[in-house]
Amino acid sequence: MSRFWRWFWGLAIGGPLAVFAVWALATNERLFFVTLLNGLTLAALYFIVASGFTLVFGLMRNVNLAHGSLYLLGGYLGYVVAERTGWYLLAVATGFAGAALVGLAMQVTIFRFMQGQDLRQTMVTIALSIIIADLLLWTFGGQVHQLSPPDWLDGPLRGLPVINAYSKFRLALLPLGIAIGVALWLFLNRTRVGMLIRAGVDDRGMLSASGVNVNLVFAVTFLIGAGLAGFGGVIGAVELSMVPGEDVRLLLASLIVVIVGGMGSVVGAAVGAAILGVAETFGLAYAPTYSVVFTFVILVLVLAFRPRGILGRPA
Amino acid sequence: MSAAQWRKAMNAGAQAQAWPRQRRVAVAPAAPAAPPTTEPNAPAWLRWLSQRVSARHVVVMAFVLIYPWVATPFFTFQIGGQSLVLGLIALSLTFLGGYGGMISLAQMTVAGIAGYMVAIFGTSSMPEISLGWPWWVVVPLALAIATVCGALIGWLSVRTEGIYTIMITLAIGVAFHYLMQQNYSLFNGWQGFQRVLTPQVLGIDWRAPIPYYYLALFWALAGYFLVQYLVRTPFGIALQGIRDNPRRMNALGFNVTAHRVVAYAVAGLIAAVGGVLLVWYNGLITPGSVGTSWLINILIIAVLGGMRHPIGPFLGAIVFVLLQNFAIDVFDRERFNLVIGAMFLAIVLFSPDGLLGLWQRLRARLAAGDAQSRLSTPRPSRRFVKGGSQP
Repeated sequence: MSRFWRWFWGLAIGGPLAVFAVWALATNERLFFVTLLNGLTLAALYFIVASGFTLVFGLMRNVNLAHGSLYLLGGYLGYVVAERTGWYLLAVATGFAGAALVGLAMQVTIFRFMQGQDLRQTMVTIALSIIIADLLLWTFGGQVHQLSPPDWLDGPLRGLPVINAYSKFRLALLPLGIAIGVALWLFLNRTRVGMLIRAGVDDRGMLSASGVNVNLVFAVTFLIGAGLAGFGGVIGAVELSMVPGEDVRLLLASLIVVIVGGMGSVVGAAVGAAILGVAETFGLAYAPTYSVVFTFVILVLVLAFRPRGILGRPA
Repeated sequence: MSAAQWRKAMNAGAQAQAWPRQRRVAVAPAAPAAPPTTEPNAPAWLRWLSQRVSARHVVVMAFVLIYPWVATPFFTFQIGGQSLVLGLIALSLTFLGGYGGMISLAQMTVAGIAGYMVAIFGTSSMPEISLGWPWWVVVPLALAIATVCGALIGWLSVRTEGIYTIMITLAIGVAFHYLMQQNYSLFNGWQGFQRVLTPQVLGIDWRAPIPYYYLALFWALAGYFLVQYLVRTPFGIALQGIRDNPRRMNALGFNVTAHRVVAYAVAGLIAAVGGVLLVWYNGLITPGSVGTSWLINILIIAVLGGMRHPIGPFLGAIVFVLLQNFAIDVFDRERFNLVIGAMFLAIVLFSPDGLLGLWQRLRARLAAGDAQSRLSTPRPSRRFVKGGSQP
């Protein structure tokens, strides 16, 4: 793309956004900032869930369409534990561990035997998502479950400039998302297992030829990816709510985040999550009946100009 | 280009297409070259017919034509009509997936667009939105809009390849569902449109079981023969070439993207016809009709039947509809999803080519058994000789 066109598109997309921001700030400053914060905290949740998805996809070329179901499973597990014991941190740990174990079981019992058959693996995940969703519906029923936040994060934080008060829990999500992003980055770039995973993303065959037990690396990746979905589930159980259908919503979010951000890239997932979360909340706040259209426009724009995603590389 | 990249590039086609690749034989579907039994001086069309049509085809055709006269209205409409319509929508996916190597989950979305257009331009229980135009304007318009939408979805998703297609089409389909659910001014939100009536043409009530069955049968056959015809045209052959190795076809000078987008447009048209029939079948359209479960159900139908041959989706649809209506009597009514999910899992795990694959395997085994028994016929005599020499 020549310099002119880059400027042209930058202005064509950035111009209206800037005009909108000025207009929104001038008319209702508080609404704008609250929406922005809502968007960023939602983005943190999207990032946590989608980073697991992108990790699994990047390494194994396995589009895990049961990722949304793992999210919901983690949420319900966390709910049960929190109701019984009252320890929120234990609930989070259970959500992570439960989803991770289910993910590990899926990898070890099924996907290991279908190496390289992308389409078949994807169809298996579709079948599993139907089964898990129905089992969860069977166990927990169709009503809305909401987990209350731990005491030390309950209620609003007062005395903030411009927006006055904001939910402590939602605000805490922002550093949490960043912390998980940094931890993932450190894990992938500074540890031996992370190095193996990155090598596997680049060239599976070569990694296996160098004498690495690729199946073990796959299992670890699936464990972490599924665990992140369950972890996100417990957080989403507080921030959003748990009801059959949420799995599809988070699956859609994960899909769009990784399509926009670029598949297999954790940084891309962060970028994609930020764009999606902000666009979705601004859409809901300013144009409620068309908010999905914005999501859709983003998808179309990214696919039209960068088919591999913003930070994607050729597979 | 590094060695690793080069090797990857060379293998890209082969790896991405590992699954559909086995389907190469599907170019010439099982039409056993029947010996020309007609007189040598028979007219050309009769000879052509006798070569193409076997006894099996005649039996199936006779069965589907006579079926509504022996079946109860319930079996004609709920089982027969619904299977044909769902099969038609799944046929569009079979065409895309089986012959183009692109698994699109948005085929139900295209059908849903056609259905919504019928409701918006035609009549429904929402006179403030529905325009109330006559059916001969509404139906072509709905088909045209849905076909264009199908082509646009294709244009978007062919920008990336292979497994990405399934993700992008799923994202598009789910986003469309949420849009239908959110928007009240044009799509009437959660409730959708009720009382979308089938038009009365030539004094026939097309919603009555028997007329509806024949209407659905006509379009199902039209779709079936369209696909059968298309896959033998130069376009169809090129499409199958692209399925097997897009890089090579590109190098040969074929416009890969254009072929794929046209395939999406054709599939969109087939799905749109199915969508119009489906909205007439249900008499209503809601966001639930284009929800995730239905996007996936279409895939299940296509995979259940098998994507090797255009008859597959209709087989799959029959099994699906029968399960939907009767399996739940055995289990709990609420647990239909569990049954269908488990069934889908079993098919994907054990017979990736669906029921057609099972049938073919069975036939191969029977044929092998036959050959073996024919080979082994002399054996008893030998044993007899041996036995005779023993005493």
